[in-house]
Amino acid sequence: MDTAVLVQSGLTAPILLPLIGALLAFVMRRWATPIGLLSVVALLGSVILQVPSLFADGPQRLAVGGWGAPLGVDLYADGLSVAMLLMTAVVGLGISLYAAAYFRDTPARTQAFWPLWLLLLTALNALFLSADIFNLYVTLEILGLSAVALTAIVGGADALVGAMRYLLVSLLGSLAYLLGVALLYHAYGTVDIALLAERIAAEPATWAAMGLMSAGLMLKTALFPLHFWLPPAHASAAAPVSAALSALVVKGSFYLLVRFWVELFGEIAGGVATLLGLLGAAAVLWGSIQALIQTRLKLLIAYSTVAQIGYLFLAFPLAVGTGIMAWSGVLYLALSHALAKAAMFLVAGNLLRFGGHDRIADLDRVVQRLPLSMAAFALAGVSIVGLPPSGGFIGKWLLLQSALTEGRWGWAIVIVLGGVMAAAYVFKVVGHAFTESENPHQAQPVPATMEWVAFALAAAAVLMGLIVSQPLGLLEIGNPFGIQTEGAAP
Amino acid sequence: MTLEAWVPLLVLCSSLVPGLLIFGLDESRIRLRTTLNLAGAVTKLALVAVMIWGVAHGHTFEVRLTFLPGLDLALRAGPLALLFLVLSSLLWLVTTIYAIGYLEGSPHRSRFFGFFSLCVTATVGVAMAADMLTFLLFYEMLTLATYPLVVHRGTEVARRAGQVYLAYTIGGGALMLLGIVWLYTLTGTLEFTPRGFVSELDPSHHPALILIFIFLITGLGVKAALIPLHAWLPMAMVAPAPVSALLHAVAVVKAGAFGIVRVVYEVFGVEFAALLGVTLPLAILAAATIIYGSLRAIYQDDLKRRLAFSTVSQVSYIVLGVAIASPIATVGGLVHLVHQGLMKITLFFCAGNLAETLGIHKVSEMNGVGRRMPWTMVAFTIAAFGMIGAPPVAGFITKWYLGLGALDAGQHWVLVVLAASSLLNAAYFLPILHAAWFREPPATWPEEREFGRRETARALLWPPLITALAAVLAGLFAAMPFSPLEWARFIAEQEFRRP
Repeated sequence: MDTAVLVQSGLTAPILLPLIGALLAFVMRRWATPIGLLSVVALLGSVILQVPSLFADGPQRLAVGGWGAPLGVDLYADGLSVAMLLMTAVVGLGISLYAAAYFRDTPARTQAFWPLWLLLLTALNALFLSADIFNLYVTLEILGLSAVALTAIVGGADALVGAMRYLLVSLLGSLAYLLGVALLYHAYGTVDIALLAERIAAEPATWAAMGLMSAGLMLKTALFPLHFWLPPAHASAAAPVSAALSALVVKGSFYLLVRFWVELFGEIAGGVATLLGLLGAAAVLWGSIQALIQTRLKLLIAYSTVAQIGYLFLAFPLAVGTGIMAWSGVLYLALSHALAKAAMFLVAGNLLRFGGHDRIADLDRVVQRLPLSMAAFALAGVSIVGLPPSGGFIGKWLLLQSALTEGRWGWAIVIVLGGVMAAAYVFKVVGHAFTESENPHQAQPVPATMEWVAFALAAAAVLMGLIVSQPLGLLEIGNPFGIQTEGAAP
Repeated sequence: MTLEAWVPLLVLCSSLVPGLLIFGLDESRIRLRTTLNLAGAVTKLALVAVMIWGVAHGHTFEVRLTFLPGLDLALRAGPLALLFLVLSSLLWLVTTIYAIGYLEGSPHRSRFFGFFSLCVTATVGVAMAADMLTFLLFYEMLTLATYPLVVHRGTEVARRAGQVYLAYTIGGGALMLLGIVWLYTLTGTLEFTPRGFVSELDPSHHPALILIFIFLITGLGVKAALIPLHAWLPMAMVAPAPVSALLHAVAVVKAGAFGIVRVVYEVFGVEFAALLGVTLPLAILAAATIIYGSLRAIYQDDLKRRLAFSTVSQVSYIVLGVAIASPIATVGGLVHLVHQGLMKITLFFCAGNLAETLGIHKVSEMNGVGRRMPWTMVAFTIAAFGMIGAPPVAGFITKWYLGLGALDAGQHWVLVVLAASSLLNAAYFLPILHAAWFREPPATWPEEREFGRRETARALLWPPLITALAAVLAGLFAAMPFSPLEWARFIAEQEFRRP
C-alpha cells in the first residue's frame, strides 16, 4: 500500500475506533471505563493524523470496499468535516474523562454509559464523513437513538419524560428526512451528494424533498419554534450527557443543513434563506429571554443553547452576498460553542454534585468554594457572550462584518442584542455565586478531574479567539462553500 | 521577533504572570503573594522606563499577531500610550502597597490580588493598543477583571452594584463593537493614526461616520462616566477602597477617557471631527457632566459618594479638553489624565484611611479629624486644593491650559464652565477641610483602631503622601522636561502637526 492509500483508509478510523470500543465496552462490562477512555484517545489521535494530509493534499474521498459511488458507500472529508471531527474528538475526550469520574460510584450507569456514548461518537463521526444521503439517514438514526438512551440512563421521572419526548421528536425528524431522501432518489436515481449536486434541478420533487429534509433537520437541531423538546431533555440528563447533547448532537443535524444548503439546495432556494434567518433571530431573542428568567442553572444553560443555535441560522441569509465570511463565522461559533457549552454543563454537574441542587439564587459563595469550576463557567461565558478574546467573539465578528458590509442592520442588531442578553444571564449566575445563600447547603466533595476538565474546555473556547488563522484555514480546505464565494468582501 | 517587540509583551506579562500565579496561591502564603505583587509592579515600572528611554532615542516598540485575515492585534508604545502607561504603572505600585496594608487579615486576598493584577494588565493593554480592535479586547478584559473586585465583599448590595456596573459596561461595549465593525467595513483598517484615518472617505459616508462616532463615544463614555451613563460609578462604591482607587484614578474611568482621546485624535482626527460637527456636542456633554457631577457631589454626606461624583465631574475635563479643537486645550485635557489620577487616588486613599482607622464614612463625622490624623488630612487637603484648581497643585495647570485653549478656539463659554466648576469644587471640598481642621473632634470616633505612635498603618499612610507630593511636583515643575505637561505638549504637537 502506498501512503496515499494509507492516509485514505485512515478516514475510516474515526468511525471504526469508537465502534469497536462500543462493542468491547458492551461485552467486557467491567472494563468499560478504560476501554472507553482508550478508544476516545485513539479517536483523537486518528483525527489529528488526518489534518496534515488534508492541508497537503486537499479533500479526501474513499470508496469503502473499493466499489465507489453510485454503487458503494463513499466517505468524503474536506476541511469542514475534519473540523467537525476534531471538535467531536476534543470535546468527546473532555466528556469522557469527566464521565469516568462522574459515574465512578455507580457501576450500573457506568456500564450503560460507555457503549452508548461510544456509539454516539461513531454515529457523529460517520455523519461528518458520509458522502451519500441515505447513509446519512442511517447515521442520524443511530445518533438519535443513542442520544435518547443516554438521556434516560439517570432514571427518574424527569429524565424519562424528557427522553420520551426526545425520542418522538428524533424519530419524527428522521422520518421526514427519509421521505426527502426517497423523493430525491426517485427523481434523480442517486443518493450520492456529489452526483446529486450535478443533476439537481428546480422542480417540485426537489422542493418537496428540500422542505421535508430541512424540516426534519431543523426539528433535530431544535431551531425555534421546534425547540420545545430540547430544554427538558438537556436539563434532565446526567451532566456529561447534557454536555454531549448540547455541544455535539445538535451540531450534527446543523452540519447536514449546511452541507445540503451549500451543495444541493442553496442555488434554488433563495427566499427560504431569509425564513431560516428569521427563525434563527427569533431563537436568539426567545432563547435568551427564557434563559434569563430561569431559576435553575441547567435549564438556563439549555435555553442558552436554544439561543446559540439561533445564531447558527443567521448564516443562511447573510451568506447570500458575503458567502464564505458568514459561513466561517457561523461554523466558528458552532465549534467554540461546543467547547464552551460542554464546559458550562460540566460546571453545572459539579455544582449539582457539590450542593445537591442547581437553584441559581442559592449558589452560596461557590466562587470561594469551587473557584476552578466558577472560573470555567465565567470563561465559557466569555465565549458564549462573544467577548474578546474568544472563539465566540471571532464568530460574531465575522457575522457582524458580513451583515454590515451589506448594510443589513436588522441582522446586526440581533447579533449584538443576543450578546448583551447572554451577558445578562451568564453574570446573573456569576453574581449569585459570590453572595451568601439564605439556606446554606451541605457541601459534597467534587473530584478534581471534574473541575479541571470543565476548566480546560472553557479555556480552549477562549483560546480559539487567539489562534484564529489555523481553524479558519482548515474550514476552507476543499472550499465547501465554493458555490457562494463570489462577492466575498476583504 | 526583535528585542524591541518583546518589551510590550513583557509589560503585559509583568502583571499577567504574577496575577495567574497568585490565583493559585493558598490564602496563607502572605509573604510570597506580597513579593509577587511588588515584583510585578516594580518590573513593569522598570520596563516602562526602558520604553521611555527608547522612544526618546527613536526606537519603536511594537508587536503584532495576525488575528483575522487582514486584521492584526498590535501593541505599540507611542508617546500617547506612554503617558497613560507611566500613570497606570506608577499608580499601580502605590495602590498595590496600599492594598496590601488595607486588606491585611481580610479573606480571599489571593482572589483579590489575582484580579487586581489582571486589571492592570488590561489597563496597560488599553494604553498600548495600536488599533481599535486590540483596544476593544483589553477594554472588555478590563470590565471582566474589575467585576469580581466590585462584588468582592459578596454582599447583596455588592452584587447589585456589580450587576449595574456590568449592565452599563457590557451594553456600552456592545455598541462599541457595532461601531468598530462598521468602521472596519468602511475603511478596511482600524489602526490608530495621528490625525485619523477616516477623513479620506467619500462624503456620502459622513452620516455613517457620525453614527459610528456616537456608538464609539457611548461605549467609551460609559467607563468615562459621562452623563447620563455615569450611574454605575457611585454605586460601585461598595467595593474596598483600593478598588475605588483603581476605578477612579488608575484604570476604569481613565480607560474610557483615554479611548475618547484615541477616537477623537487617532481615528477621526480632531479637525475632521470638528468638520463633521461632532466635537461641539461632545464638549457640551462634557461641560454638562462637569457641572452636574459637582452639583450632585455637594449633596452627598457619604464621603466616598462625594468623591465619586467629584470623579464624574473631573474626568470630563479630559473629554472637554479633547473636544475643544485647539492644541492648547488638548494639552490641558491630556495632562489632566495624569493630574486627575494623582489627586483622585490621594483622596481615595485618605478616605480609606479614615474608614479603616476611625470608622469614618461620612462627611458629617469628620469634625476635628485633622488633629487625630494630621498626615492623612495634609495629603487630603493638598489633593482637594488641586481639585479646586489652586496653584501650585497640578489641577491648576490643567485649568489654565483648558482656559487658554478655549479662548484660543473662540469657545468663551468654556471659561464660565471652568469658573463655575471651581466654585462648586470649593463648595464641596472646603467644608470638609474646615470641619477637619477647625472643628472640635468628638469624644469618641465611630470605630477606632490603635496603631501605636503612628496615626495609622505605615502601608496606608505612605501611599497618599507620595501621590499628594507627586501632585504638587507635577504642578511646580510643569515646565521641566519629562513632566506630564511637557509630555502632553509633545503629543499635542504630533496630533496637530500638518503633514
